This record gives sequence, structure tokens and C-alpha cells, in this order.
Amino acid sequence: MKGKAVLLIGATSSIGRALAHEMAQQGAALHLGARDGFEVERVAQDIGIRYQVPISWSTFEALDYETHPELLQKAVDNLGTLDGIVVSLGELGYQKTAQMDFNHAQRIIHSNYTGVLSILTHTANYLEQQGHGFIVGISSVAGDRGRQSNYTYGSAKGALSLFLQGLRNRLFKSGVHVMTVKPGFVDTKMTFGKPGMFLVASPKQVAAAIMKAMHSKKDIVYIPWFWFWIMLIIRIVPEWLFKRLKL
Amino acid sequence: MKLKHPSNLETPLSGWGRYPVVKSYLQRPEKVSSFRKILEECGKSPVIARGLGRSLGDAALNAKGYTVLTQRLNRILAFDKKTGILRCEAGVTMKEILATFVPRGWFPAVTPGTKFVTVGGAVAFDVHGKNHHRDGSFSHHLRSLELILASGETVQCSRQENEDIFWATVGGMGLTGIITEAEFALHSIQTAYIKSHHIKAKNLDEAFALFDEYEPQYQYSVAWIDCLASGKSLGRSILMFGNHAAREDIPLQQQPEPLHLKPKPNLKVPFDLPAGLLNRYTMSIFNTLYYGKMRSKEVKSVIDYDSFFYPLDFIQNWNRLYGKQGFVQYQWVLPTEVSREALYRMLQLCSQTGWGSFLAVLKRLGSQEGWLSFPMAGYTLALDMPIRKGLWEFLRKLDKLVIEYGGRVYLAKDARLSAEAFRSMYPNFPQWLSVKERVDPHNRFSSALSQRLGVER
Repeated sequence: MKGKAVLLIGATSSIGRALAHEMAQQGAALHLGARDGFEVERVAQDIGIRYQVPISWSTFEALDYETHPELLQKAVDNLGTLDGIVVSLGELGYQKTAQMDFNHAQRIIHSNYTGVLSILTHTANYLEQQGHGFIVGISSVAGDRGRQSNYTYGSAKGALSLFLQGLRNRLFKSGVHVMTVKPGFVDTKMTFGKPGMFLVASPKQVAAAIMKAMHSKKDIVYIPWFWFWIMLIIRIVPEWLFKRLKL
Repeated sequence: MKLKHPSNLETPLSGWGRYPVVKSYLQRPEKVSSFRKILEECGKSPVIARGLGRSLGDAALNAKGYTVLTQRLNRILAFDKKTGILRCEAGVTMKEILATFVPRGWFPAVTPGTKFVTVGGAVAFDVHGKNHHRDGSFSHHLRSLELILASGETVQCSRQENEDIFWATVGGMGLTGIITEAEFALHSIQTAYIKSHHIKAKNLDEAFALFDEYEPQYQYSVAWIDCLASGKSLGRSILMFGNHAAREDIPLQQQPEPLHLKPKPNLKVPFDLPAGLLNRYTMSIFNTLYYGKMRSKEVKSVIDYDSFFYPLDFIQNWNRLYGKQGFVQYQWVLPTEVSREALYRMLQLCSQTGWGSFLAVLKRLGSQEGWLSFPMAGYTLALDMPIRKGLWEFLRKLDKLVIEYGGRVYLAKDARLSAEAFRSMYPNFPQWLSVKERVDPHNRFSSALSQRLGVER
């Protein structure tokens, strides 16, 4: 990571912020993007002071697609170069609301999928042309199988996982590595105080595991690792049985 | 990988002393700007902020409402390389400050005996360190504060701006509002080492004399005192003095990187020790060995700052040594002119009744800052005592003596002081209360401690 220039989208989310800290600590230069302009500036100041690395920031609105090329350009200008992008965007939303209100469902799809697709499309083309670099997309175990409790969010994350898979296939020959991250339960605003949480990992643990996976160029990584086995079981339950479960 | 189950469902919580245990609803904002929404979510229930939960008693507990965890509010916002002035959010810990700034030659102007405290906690208790007699408490180096009041309004306060809120907030136990940011000074150092000087004192008189003799030469001073020794040895102690070491003071092999320390392994207490293990006999043996371990009258050495300031931080969960019932720390301060006489009487009481302490720390303090700040010019003694039968009666006796001599008990450590005793010990309370009533008329900010001390009417 030393000397690498990275665009990090979703820098004010718990995982995004923890990743920014990990990368800066290892010497990466960062351009941060997040919806909350007030907050992203504070996160950037914090990291700049702690790790004394070059850092800059922009406001990033996932749904303002036409602003994304500008943001990419700004990141490249500020960093002088671009070695990779990490996208840690996510909005769980409310499944019950999404069922009643299409606008809410649409918002979940756009902020978890379409918005990511937009910024990644521009960045992928840039990196492909450059002939090297990396793309890390934070998806979710929720995208592995549809469940009644969060299938709107899950469908967006599932779409993102497929998109990243296709992108990995396309960019392989140009030397751009694409990694899909599927975190399980992470101790964030999304999970804090929610009933039914178990094996909850801290954002710092998750960030450290993502960094490790990046170094060893993993394609798809479950974090923490045991979610691979949990999801394997969840995926192989036959549908006639699965549809009867309360998940 | 250590995993836990976070929950804002009703959760039992305690301070570092593990007494009392109180159920509370938890909230944990991820950013300062979400505080207002969180306060709205709490409705009319009282709220108290909690940092790392290292206050010993019930100051960061709230049985009647919400406890708001500030651990994720830890952004460092500004640092001036020329003056050492740091501005950060209240959840930044002393550990983070040390890790970030010691390698650049800066050290906190005031640090308590653990680095597991947040800046918010340091302000709320106006903590002091081994240099209080010289450098004052945390608030002495504090330039300004940002606070969210009960009205939802964010205010800046300092010695010049909203100064009454400033003086009510330093040492104010988080009861004037939520502290969100603080700006304070670090001081420059040449190395990460301390030139330390340990001297044995065979009794209290000698300890006082040595404090008088050596304090002018040293920035830091503290004494470990054997409070079970009696008769001629009453108050026998080991005094520890220290100054920041200059580059030429430290061993040659460290001189190329004088500000860097090698990481040390941490120890863990894996389970609660049986409650009765720390009794007067085992402690008496420990104290005799500890005192006897230092063979010569004086030892001078160069040690790293971690070992000098934070010896207990190497043992995680050291609070488990006192068993499941927990312990209290009783720390009091007495005005200089009566210190010697009062300490004699109190130490006599300890050694006669056997209510000693593994860790008894004696230290000279300078004058008071905030209206509810603990320090006053005089001597302070801190005793750790496991909770068992008879303790509350014994501590009430000590309270009486403390009040008789015009001293006070430290609220950061307290879990049991009565409302009446509190009022006798803190004469500036009415002044503090007038600000509290103005900025928080409906007692939105309230803790188990403030409820116990009858702060709210």
C-alpha cells in the first residue's frame, strides 16, 4: 500500500472509515468521497494528522450519476495518479417500508447498486486503459440468497456481486484486479442494538482482513472467514425448504 | 478474532470498579452530527455520555435512561506543529494521542494513571496526573470546549467565551451537556523516556520531608505507600520522581530513535479471582515484599514512559483481581496545612482496622480549577478496597474525617458517597448548580452518580 493512490468511496461509513485508517497507516495516499460533506472533511483531517499521508476529499452523492466523472477526475488530479478504488457504500433501508413504498425500494437499489455501478464504470475504464490497478467492492452476504427480512437490500448487493464478477472477468487481461468483499455482521450503525445479531466483527477487524485479502489478491472474500461456511450452508438449503424458513 | 454482541437493548453496565452494576439503554453515535437525532430518540429520558468506562464508580451509568457511548467519536481535527495545540473529538483516547504524537516529540501536558481514558472523560473529571503540583489539572491546558446542551444547541466555551459553562463543565461529570470537542496543549519532549528517581521513606514524616526536598527538581512525583504498616513504620513508602529524559540521558542503543518504543506484550487476567484473596494478610505480605524489593535507599534509572505513567495498563482487566463483587477506590485530598495530622489519623485507622490496599498512592496536588474539580492544594491518597462486609461503615468514618479536615473525595472514583457528605466537601456546588439549572433545567443530563448525590431536585 505504501505510495499507492486510492479513491475511497463511502469513507464515512464505519467500514469505509476503518479501511481509510488501515490504508493510510500503510502509507497510501487517499481521496475520500462520501455523501456527508461535513463529516468526510473531518475524517480526512483525522487521517491526514494521524498518518501524515496526502489526503483530499469530495462530496459524493451516489444518485447524482452525472457528477461521478468529475469526482474521478478530481481524485486523479489531487492524487497525481490512481492505483485503485474501494467502494464501501451501503444503505440497509427498511424492508417493510420498501414493500409498501416503491420510492424507498428504488432508493435502496440506487444507493447500493446503481450508484456503485456508475462510479465503477468510469473508474474501470480509466484503470483498464492505464493497464494496472485494483477495484474493491464491498458487497454483502445478504446478496447470496434472498430472504424475507432484507431481500430488497439483498437483491441490490446480489446484483453488485454479479457486476463485480463480470468486471473481474473483463479486466483480468488488462491487469486490473477486482475483489468482491462479503462482510457478515459488522459492528456498525446498521447492526448496533438490533436483535438476532451474532458473531459481530468490529470495523477495524474487517478492514484489516480486507487489507490482507487485497495483498493476496483474492477474488471473492467472506469477512470474517467463517461466513464462507455459514453462507455455504445457507446457499445449499433446497428452495422447497428455504421458502418455509423464517429468515 | 474477538467478537461481541452489541446491543442497545437494556444492557447491564458498570464502571471500572465493577460496582454498582446498572441496567441502561445504549446509544452509539458514529458521528458528532448525529448526536442531535440521538438525543431526540432518547425522548425525555435522561442521558449520560460514556467514554471508555474507566471511572471507577457510577459516573458513566444511567439506570433511568440512556448511556451514550462516545467511542466512535474519535476524529483528530487539527494539530499545530509549532505550538502543540490539538483539537479533537471527545472520544479520542489518551492511548491514541500518545501513539500519534510521542513519535513526533509531543506528550500530553497532563495524563492520568491510565491511557485508557477519553478526552471527554478527562475534561468531565478534570483529571490530574503526577505533575499536578506543577502543571495543574487537564483543564489548565484546555483552550476551549464544544458542548451540546439540553436545548440541542452547540456552544463553544472557554475562559473567555461562555466562561461559566466552561468552569461548570470541567470537572462537571458530563452533567452540563455532551462534550463533543476539546482543544488543548501538548508539551514537547525529546525522548519517550523518563529519568526516574525512587527513594524509600521509612515513615510518613520522612515521606513528607522527601516530597518537600525533591519536588522542586522534578516535574512528576508520586508515592506508593504501605497503608498496613503501623507504629514507627506508619506511612512507609517509596517515592517516585521523574523528569522527561533528554536525548543524552537515554541508553546509546536507543539514541538513534529516542521517540520510539518497542511494543510490549500485554497480560490478561483470565478470570475473576476469588473475592477473599486480597485480604489484610496477603496484602501485608505483598506490601512487605514490595517495599523490601528495593534494596537501596535510592534508585535512579531511565525507563520508558509507559512503565512510568501506566504500569497497570500492561495488565488488561486488572479489575478482575478484586473478584466478582468488585472494588471501590477511595481517593481523598486534604489541605496542606492539615495533611500530616489527618493522614496520620486516617492511616492509623486503616492499619488498625486492616482496611488496607494493594495500591495506595500518595501525591501532592496544587490548587483547584473547575467548580467541581477534585484537586486542592494538599495531599491526596487513593486506596483500592474490595467490596466486603463492613466497608461502607469504614468509609463513612473516613468521610467524617475528610470533612472534619476540610478535604474532599474524588467523584471519578466514587460509588457510595452520600448527598450530604458531597455538599460538605464541594463548597462551590451552589455556584455549579446555578449554571446546571440554567443550561439544563429539566435534567436531561443525569447519571447514577448525579442521582445518588441528589444533584437534581
